[in-house]
Amino acid sequence: MEWQFFFELFTNGILTGLMYSLVAVGFVLIYKSTDAINFAQGEFCMIAAIVTAGLLQMYGVPLIVALAGGLIFMLLFNMGLERFVLRPMIGRPIVAIIMATIGLAFLFRGLGPLIFGAETQPINLPIPDDPIIWGPFFLIPIDLLGAGISLGFLALFGWFFMKSRKGVAMRAVADSHQVSMAMGINVERYFALAWMLAGVVALLGGVVWGSAIGVDTQLAQLGLKVFPVVILGGLDSIIGVIVGGIIVGVVEALAAGYIDPYVGGGTKDFTPYVLMILVLMIRPYGIFGKPIIERI
Amino acid sequence: MAMSEIDAVEGSVKLSVTDVSKSFGGVRAVRGISVDVPRGMIFSIIGPNGAGKTTLLNMISGFYHPDEGSIYFEDTDITVMTPANRASLGIARTFQNIALFKGLTVLENLMLGRHVHMKSGVMSSMLYWGAAQKEEVEHRGRVEEIIDFLKLSDLRKQPTGALAYGLQKRVELGRALAVDPTLLLLDEPMAGMNQEEKEDMVRYVLDVNDEWGTTMVLIEHDMGVVMDISDHVVVLDQGSKIAEGSPDHVRADQGVIDAYLGTGNKE
Repeated sequence: MEWQFFFELFTNGILTGLMYSLVAVGFVLIYKSTDAINFAQGEFCMIAAIVTAGLLQMYGVPLIVALAGGLIFMLLFNMGLERFVLRPMIGRPIVAIIMATIGLAFLFRGLGPLIFGAETQPINLPIPDDPIIWGPFFLIPIDLLGAGISLGFLALFGWFFMKSRKGVAMRAVADSHQVSMAMGINVERYFALAWMLAGVVALLGGVVWGSAIGVDTQLAQLGLKVFPVVILGGLDSIIGVIVGGIIVGVVEALAAGYIDPYVGGGTKDFTPYVLMILVLMIRPYGIFGKPIIERI
Repeated sequence: MAMSEIDAVEGSVKLSVTDVSKSFGGVRAVRGISVDVPRGMIFSIIGPNGAGKTTLLNMISGFYHPDEGSIYFEDTDITVMTPANRASLGIARTFQNIALFKGLTVLENLMLGRHVHMKSGVMSSMLYWGAAQKEEVEHRGRVEEIIDFLKLSDLRKQPTGALAYGLQKRVELGRALAVDPTLLLLDEPMAGMNQEEKEDMVRYVLDVNDEWGTTMVLIEHDMGVVMDISDHVVVLDQGSKIAEGSPDHVRADQGVIDAYLGTGNKE
């Protein structure tokens, strides 16, 4: 009985963690190609989910149409954002771009409910609500689906950055804008591509999490929620995002299962950050991040 | 050298810089400089620190745009063209500080040099895996030639961040060569090298010039190297051109000796 409880926490931690990874990879995409940290990634998820849920609820379109609509919206939205807000900042200090994304995050969080309403909207995916009981495991279908989608897309992104020419060029752009330009690489085009990919990931994360917990401004909290995942794994590592997600998911689940009953709850909300601080003290570049070694 | 002199006689000018000026704030870094670089030459720009050499090179490669004056590459006005577009015309450069993509391997760095020659766009290269793959193989062939030429075969898969200094400089030269440039801009390619590394680099620079007839514009502090390998030398001081001609001519010029060689600035 004792072990069954542990397994239950553990497996659900893994599944939740992989769903965190799906959101966290948005940070990695932007960091790998522009060297900036996009603090508005959680808000991107929120916007994507609100648009998809809105299409489903207000216009009653089929799910596939709503998803396509959400995808087109996010591509255009992020393309516009890149073109009119972020591109003019190319060449400025990275911290300026990071502060701009924080500003955008609060703007979106305020505008979202203003335009689309503050009610929690559901996104109903055509999967059963009832948990699947399989041996000692007690699995929730949406978590399984979310984890599966997450693994699939993370594998795709991993291949993209390691093997594809565009992915390698994107890493080059992140490394140095100037040198990339001298090689004839159109830096602006790669920035646009990175932000569009971040929009696609936000749609996936927003829809998966939206159908798990409902769509409202709370979804935007995902951005900060997955921050320990990104830092643990290393800001520039796809593998790191998977491992970081699993660690954070499991730690949260175990904290909720074993510590919360004694202290009255709430520990799962900060344990990932404790872990993040510990890892930062030992490996400042994360578990899988590339260490930056300066020759002196 | 003989070949490049013949070209020069034919009057084939590769790069023509006319009366360019550039100021930063109140500092006039370059003041009305004109130079004509004939095809196939090794063309050096020297001068004391702050003479405006790098500013001039950055205007030729497109990182700065001149406040006044014009720059022509063959018959094309490139005065305000972006660096990326200049690269596709066949202008490549190396940087004063090593500017390799450190997380990437030697091979990946050189393949990025082929970027301007690759046709398939972002979407097509993600969707039409086959066509992009075929293109990749063709470019890989050219890159392997350069790897052989620069004797980098053993280092192909090494991340460049871990290589010795001289080797990193050589990889950077290789990446610039992968662009198939007809004009190669070298910003202090021998800075910080020991004697042996310098000799290697000098040999590669001369070999590239011989083998492909690449026109080269070189900024270098090592006067011995400059006088040995250059066909033509331009001397800058405080943003202006004070002399130009063959290495022997420049060496004998009293203004140059006063401004540069005689001040204890020489290295």
